[in-house]
Amino acid sequence: MDSTTVFLDAFLNRAVIDKYLPDILWGMIITVEVALAVVATGIALGLLLAAVRSFRVRPVNVLIVLFVDVLRALPPLVLILIIYFGLPSVGIRLSGFAVLWLVLSLVLAAFAEEIFWSGILSIRKGQWEAARSTGLTFLQTLTHVILPQAVRMTVPPLTNRTIAITKNTALGAVIGVPEILMQAQTAQSFSGNATPLLLGALAYIVLFVPVVVLGRWLETRFAWGRA
Amino acid sequence: MPESVAILEVTGLRKSFGTLEVLRGIDLTVRAQELVFVIGPSGSGKSTLLRCCNRLEEPNEGSIRVDGVELLDPKTDINAMRQRIGMVFQSFNLYPHMTVLANVTLALRKALGKGREEARAIGEAALARVDLADKSSAYPAQLSGGQQQRVAIARAMALEPKIMLFDEPTSSLDPELVGSVLAVMRELRQDGMTMVVVSHEMRFARDAADRVVFMDAGQIVEQGPPDRIFGAPQHARTQSFLADFAA
Repeated sequence: MDSTTVFLDAFLNRAVIDKYLPDILWGMIITVEVALAVVATGIALGLLLAAVRSFRVRPVNVLIVLFVDVLRALPPLVLILIIYFGLPSVGIRLSGFAVLWLVLSLVLAAFAEEIFWSGILSIRKGQWEAARSTGLTFLQTLTHVILPQAVRMTVPPLTNRTIAITKNTALGAVIGVPEILMQAQTAQSFSGNATPLLLGALAYIVLFVPVVVLGRWLETRFAWGRA
Repeated sequence: MPESVAILEVTGLRKSFGTLEVLRGIDLTVRAQELVFVIGPSGSGKSTLLRCCNRLEEPNEGSIRVDGVELLDPKTDINAMRQRIGMVFQSFNLYPHMTVLANVTLALRKALGKGREEARAIGEAALARVDLADKSSAYPAQLSGGQQQRVAIARAMALEPKIMLFDEPTSSLDPELVGSVLAVMRELRQDGMTMVVVSHEMRFARDAADRVVFMDAGQIVEQGPPDRIFGAPQHARTQSFLADFAA
């Protein structure tokens, strides 16, 4: 066998593809489910925390900053392991899916909060003053004037961060969530062939390249002329 | 001329930023339909005075009554009062993500609770008054500075305030755009709007103001009709300020 054949046999083995492709596709569905759930709750929670922080109630903000700093500092895998293997010993048993969703949501919320918060801070004071001077309340000013501008500005960094964190769905492989990597790894060990891992990589590319492109499109879509 | 009713009554107003006392006991009354011009060197406290009058700055001491209501009373609904106090800023502060019409109607809808159609009608009428009826679907960035400031005036006017405060409304405009903003302010005055204007547009003050107030170092040094303040200022500080300005 020449080296090309050896390579193809190891990474693009037809028989292995036929046998395990359905598993990988199933893994893609699970990955998409976790990712969508994480993006929805993570960004919503992050936005909520940033909005709460803008009220500048000191004790509340200390807690928010503490939460954000701790979650940004910890590797997500550490949290996943602590919760998945630790909580059952105090009687709380969560599924792997739930733990993965919970941890990644909290991590994304922490990063999103920081991004939204810096967006809110970047809005000039005059915007607050103009809105308040017309009799709008603090909350009305926040929701109608400040956040729409802040959120637009945060689309590029937030997209990047969201992609980075949703890719961490691969950590589910460690706690038995049957997502792409878990399926690929299982298939690889059953088949003794690396083809499923390559399929897994392709699956991630198929899923995430469109998200990257979407992020770029959003970036231009949300840019508007400034004075 | 009979004394008309006082719309704005400021008494004993004091405001400090840290250890710096910016307003050192201001007494000022503005009557209905009066146009009062506040002039003075930068740092004299004139903008701070204006910003206290709708509590964008919290004064330390004193009293501010607008239309008979004490603004500094903690029980006063400041949001309701601010609807009756229009404010126009040096930097326009239009909402860049909204159309011109949406800029004007936001407070009508959210603060006054008017319906979409009613707000639109009021907003379009306000834009027509500042001669920008054709720009209602434009975004602020598509307008010149003078047009933006007129939108800001329409935004304040649409709420039918009892008094309008202008904080250096022409200071960030190119000279050729100043005229259109002053023309709108002149029309407002003719329509009987009560106005307090902080500005360096001395010629406009001379033509249009009922009263000119000269401030220096956090106090009102002297006030009177424009002819007297510009023609025969009594105080040395007023004289030297106006001399600097003429030079």
